[in-house]
Amino acid sequence: MIYLLCLVLFSLGVYCVLRKRNIIKIIVGIIIIEYAVNLFFILVAYREKGRAPILSSQTPILNMVDPLPQALVLTAIVIGLATTALLAAIAMRIYEKYGTFDITKIRELRG
Amino acid sequence: MSKEHQAGMSLIVKTITRLTVGLILLYGIYILLHGHISPGGGFAGGVIVALSFIHLMLAYGKEMAFKKLSKGAASFLESGGAIMFLLIALSGFSGGYFFLNFINKGEPFRLFSAGIIPLCNIAISFKVGAGLFAIFVALVLLKTNSKEKER
Amino acid sequence: MMLSEQIIPLFVVIPLAGAFLISLLGKKVKLLPDMLGVLAGLILCILSILSVRLYNASGALTYSVGAWRSPIGIEMVLDGLSVFMLVTVNLVAFCIALYAVNYMEKFTAKWKFYTLFLLMLAGMNGVVITGDMFNLFVFLEIAAVASYALVAFGTERQELEAAFKYAVMGTVGSSFILLGIVMLYSYTSTLNMADMNSVLLQKGAGSLILFVSVLFLMGFGLKAALVPFHAWLPDAHPSAPAPISAMLSGVLIKALGVYALARIFYNVLGVSEQLSSILLFLGTLSMVVGGILALGQWDFKRLLAYSSISQVGYIILGLGLGTPLGILGALFHLFNHSVFKSLLFLNSGAVEYATDTRDLRKMGGLSQKMPLTSTTNFLASMSIAGIPPFSGFWSKLLIIVAACRAEKFGYAFWAVLVSILTLAMYLKVIKFAFLGSLKDSLTRVKEVPLFMKLSMAMLALICLVGGVLLLPNLYGAFLQKASQILLLGAEYGAIFIKG
Repeated sequence: MIYLLCLVLFSLGVYCVLRKRNIIKIIVGIIIIEYAVNLFFILVAYREKGRAPILSSQTPILNMVDPLPQALVLTAIVIGLATTALLAAIAMRIYEKYGTFDITKIRELRG
Repeated sequence: MSKEHQAGMSLIVKTITRLTVGLILLYGIYILLHGHISPGGGFAGGVIVALSFIHLMLAYGKEMAFKKLSKGAASFLESGGAIMFLLIALSGFSGGYFFLNFINKGEPFRLFSAGIIPLCNIAISFKVGAGLFAIFVALVLLKTNSKEKER
Repeated sequence: MMLSEQIIPLFVVIPLAGAFLISLLGKKVKLLPDMLGVLAGLILCILSILSVRLYNASGALTYSVGAWRSPIGIEMVLDGLSVFMLVTVNLVAFCIALYAVNYMEKFTAKWKFYTLFLLMLAGMNGVVITGDMFNLFVFLEIAAVASYALVAFGTERQELEAAFKYAVMGTVGSSFILLGIVMLYSYTSTLNMADMNSVLLQKGAGSLILFVSVLFLMGFGLKAALVPFHAWLPDAHPSAPAPISAMLSGVLIKALGVYALARIFYNVLGVSEQLSSILLFLGTLSMVVGGILALGQWDFKRLLAYSSISQVGYIILGLGLGTPLGILGALFHLFNHSVFKSLLFLNSGAVEYATDTRDLRKMGGLSQKMPLTSTTNFLASMSIAGIPPFSGFWSKLLIIVAACRAEKFGYAFWAVLVSILTLAMYLKVIKFAFLGSLKDSLTRVKEVPLFMKLSMAMLALICLVGGVLLLPNLYGAFLQKASQILLLGAEYGAIFIKG
C-alpha cells in the first residue's frame, strides 16, 4: 500500500522532531510531517487512471480525481509556509541571543 | 569591472538574471491572470512574482532589489492586497451574501469570465507576492521586525 | 434570507479588516491602532450580545458563504454553543484590548501587537462560528500562528525559547488534527460537520473512528493543554506580554482546545463509553497535576499558568461526565474561568507594570499602594477557589454535584481536593504579594493607569455577579441553550441538514 509510505514519512518526521537536538533539524522534521499529511490527503483523493480535474472545452471529462482535496492541500501548504517562516524567524532570533542551535543548551525555562 | 558589479554574484549569474527576470515576472502575471481558466491562480502567480524579485536580490544584492520594490512598498502592498480581497468579499453583500459572486460570469474559457474570481486572484497575488518578498527580506536582513507574516 | 443572518460573517470580517487597516496605516497614525483595536473589540462585544437575543428569537441560524448551498459550500453556524463561546471570547477580548492601551506603551511596535491580536481574535471567532471541518482547521491555524508570534513578542531569550517550544508542539498538534480531518473526509466524503454526522450515523462507526478520535484527542488536547500534552503552556503563557497571557489562558485554549474538542466529539463523532472515560481520566489528571505543580511556583504568572491547566481539567471532567448537569457545569466553568483567569493575568501584568518583577518573594504589602489591583485580585482569587457567593463556586458546585449524581464519587473527591489546593495557592499569592509589610524597594510603586484599572474593574464585576447566569431568566436564554446543543449529540446532523 502506498499509504504506508505516508506513514513512514510521518513517523520519520515525528522521530526527527523528538530526537534531534538541532533547532533547524526540528524545523525540517515539522516540514516533513506536514508534507506527509498533505501527500496522504492527495493520495486519498486519487483514482485509478484518473485525470486532472480541469474543465476543457472539447471533451467532457468522465474520470477525474477528486478536486476538493487538492484545493485544501494548497491551503494547508500556505499555512505550512507561514508556520515555517515564523519558526525560521524565531530560530534565527534564538541563534542571535543564545549563540547556539543546540536545544540542550537552550534551557532557561524549567519547572 | 565597475563598482556596481561588486555586490551580488558573478557576471554570469547577473547576465542570466537580467535576461530572465522579466520573463519570470511576466510568467507570474500570466499565471495569476489565467487562474480561473487553467491551473494556477493567485497564490501560484504571486509566488512566481515574488520569486522574480528574490531572484534579483540574490543576484544583485539587496540595494538593487529595494530600488525596484522598497520594503515599505512591499508591506503596503501586502496589507493593501488583503484589504482588497476583503472588500471584494464584502461587496458580495450587495447581492445579499458574503463572498457572493455578483459580477456577470460571462462564458467559460474566456479571459474575462468567472465574475469576481480573477479580481480575487489579483488581490491574493498582491498579498502573497509582497508577503513572500517581505518574509525573504526579513529573514535575510535579520534586523528588526522579523515576525509579521500571516500568509 | 433574513437580514439578521448577515451578522454571522461579521464576527470574522471585523477583526480581519481591523487587523489589516492597522498594519496599513498604524505606522503613520499614532493613535489609530489603539482606537481601532478597542473599537473592534467593542463592536464585536455588542454584536455577540445581540446574537444572544437573535438566537433566542429565531433559533439556530446558518449562513452559506457565497450563496453555495450547505453540504457543498462553506457554512457558518450560529447555534447555542457558538453564541455562548462568542460572548465569552469577545467580552474578554474587549476588556483585554482596553487594558493593552496602557500596558503596551512600553513596547515599541504597538501596531504590530494590535494587528496580531485582531488576527488571533478573527481566528478564534472563526473557529467558533464555522460549520465546516477544514475551515475549522484554517481558522485554528490563523489563531495559532498569531499566538506563536505574540508569545515571542518581547524577543528576549526566554520568550523566544517559549515561543519555539509552543510553535513546534502546536504545529505537530495541528498536523494530527489535519490527519484526522483527512481520514474523516476519506470515510464520509464530506467536510460539513452536520452532513458528516448524518453520514457517520448511516455508515456506522468503524474502527477508523476510534483512530480519528485518538488523533483529535491528541491534537486538540495539545491545544487545550491537557496534562500529558501540557508542557508548552507554563512556558508560553508567562513569557507573553500580560494582555496576551490573559488572552491565551482565558480564551485561546478554550476556543481552540475545549470548544473544538466538545464540538467534534459530541456533535460530529458522537461520544462513546471509552471516550468519556478517557476524558474523565485526563481531566482529573490535569486537575491534580496542574494544582500540585502550581503550588510550588514562585513566579506569579507561572503559578497562574499551572492553575489554568488545573481549571481546564475541571472543564474536561464536566464534559466527560456527559450528563446534562455536568455539561452545564463545564460550560459555566468555562465562562467563569475565562473571566477570572484573564483578570488574574491582568492583575499580574499590573503588578509587573508597577514593580517590574514577577517573583512573589520580592513583593509584599502591595495592597497599600495598589488598592484596586489587590481588590480585584482578591475577588478573582476567591472566585477561582470556589468561595461562595462568587461565580466560581457555582460552577464547581455544579460539576461536583454532577459527578456525585453520576456515581463517580472518586472524581468528585478529587475535584473537591483540588479546589482546596486552588484556595491554598491563591492564598499564597495574596499573602506574599499583597498583604504583609511593604518592602523598601517597593515604596515608590504607583497604581496603574486608567484604562488598565477600568478593564480590571469590569472583569471583577462580572466575576462578582457571574452567579446570576444561573437565575431562571438568563439561564434559559444563555447557558441552557449552549448545553442543549452538546446534548443533541447524534441528532445534531439531522437538525442542520435541511438548510
